[in-house]
Amino acid sequence: MSESKRTAAEKADFKRELTEVVPHLRAFARGLCGRPDMADDLVQETMLKAWTARERFQLGTSMRAWTFVILRNAYLTDMRRNRFRGDYDEGVAERILTAPAGQEEPLHLSDMHRALLTLPPERREALLLVGAGGFSYEEAASICDCAVGTIKSRVGRARAALNSMLADGDIPKRSIKDAAAHRAILEELDEVAAGNGVAN
Amino acid sequence: MGDPTPSSKTTGKTGKSPEWADGLRQLYDSVVDEPLPDSFKDLLSKLDDSDGPSPE
Repeated sequence: MSESKRTAAEKADFKRELTEVVPHLRAFARGLCGRPDMADDLVQETMLKAWTARERFQLGTSMRAWTFVILRNAYLTDMRRNRFRGDYDEGVAERILTAPAGQEEPLHLSDMHRALLTLPPERREALLLVGAGGFSYEEAASICDCAVGTIKSRVGRARAALNSMLADGDIPKRSIKDAAAHRAILEELDEVAAGNGVAN
Repeated sequence: MGDPTPSSKTTGKTGKSPEWADGLRQLYDSVVDEPLPDSFKDLLSKLDDSDGPSPE
């Protein structure tokens, strides 16, 4: 890696943009993995990777999209290495997944979050990118390295699932405690991960 | 942010967005709006000093 043909100003821009995007990385990571502590670990890992790869960032392109790709790949890698399986904290899972409807939250954000966590990861991330992150389908497809139609379909299915869960107030407690369901999630993840090149 | 503004097609082609759609965004925004923990500030300041914490 040829050390810095970049000017000091360009380096400063990179740093500033990376700094600005950190809150978004935290939000995306929290939505993906559900646990604030793990999500923050993931974000720090992402920041280090982004820093190491900073010469590969194309100035003028979206820092948010670029770092989301890195975060997503780190997440998939960690998932496959059992990091989120082995030391999954049952107590926290229990609390997240069975928490009563939100205290003063007008839209029952805790219900929302619980419902989100029951979705298969690929649909969850698609919905997060498009429905929460404000990315276009095209941008989301680029981040997930898949076809636009695939993203549309994942978002559609995620929406349908949330519609039925939240409309009926029927949020299944599917998740980590249910071994079969969890295995299904992980298998799905493997499929997702298999097709994807890493962001470098 | 230096981002090209992401398009705001959150409702897709369904036109009306379900009640929970705002909640999803609120969930995301609530994390975005959290104050950044010190560990992140520490990490960012470390990135300043050297070429990165890990040897290339």
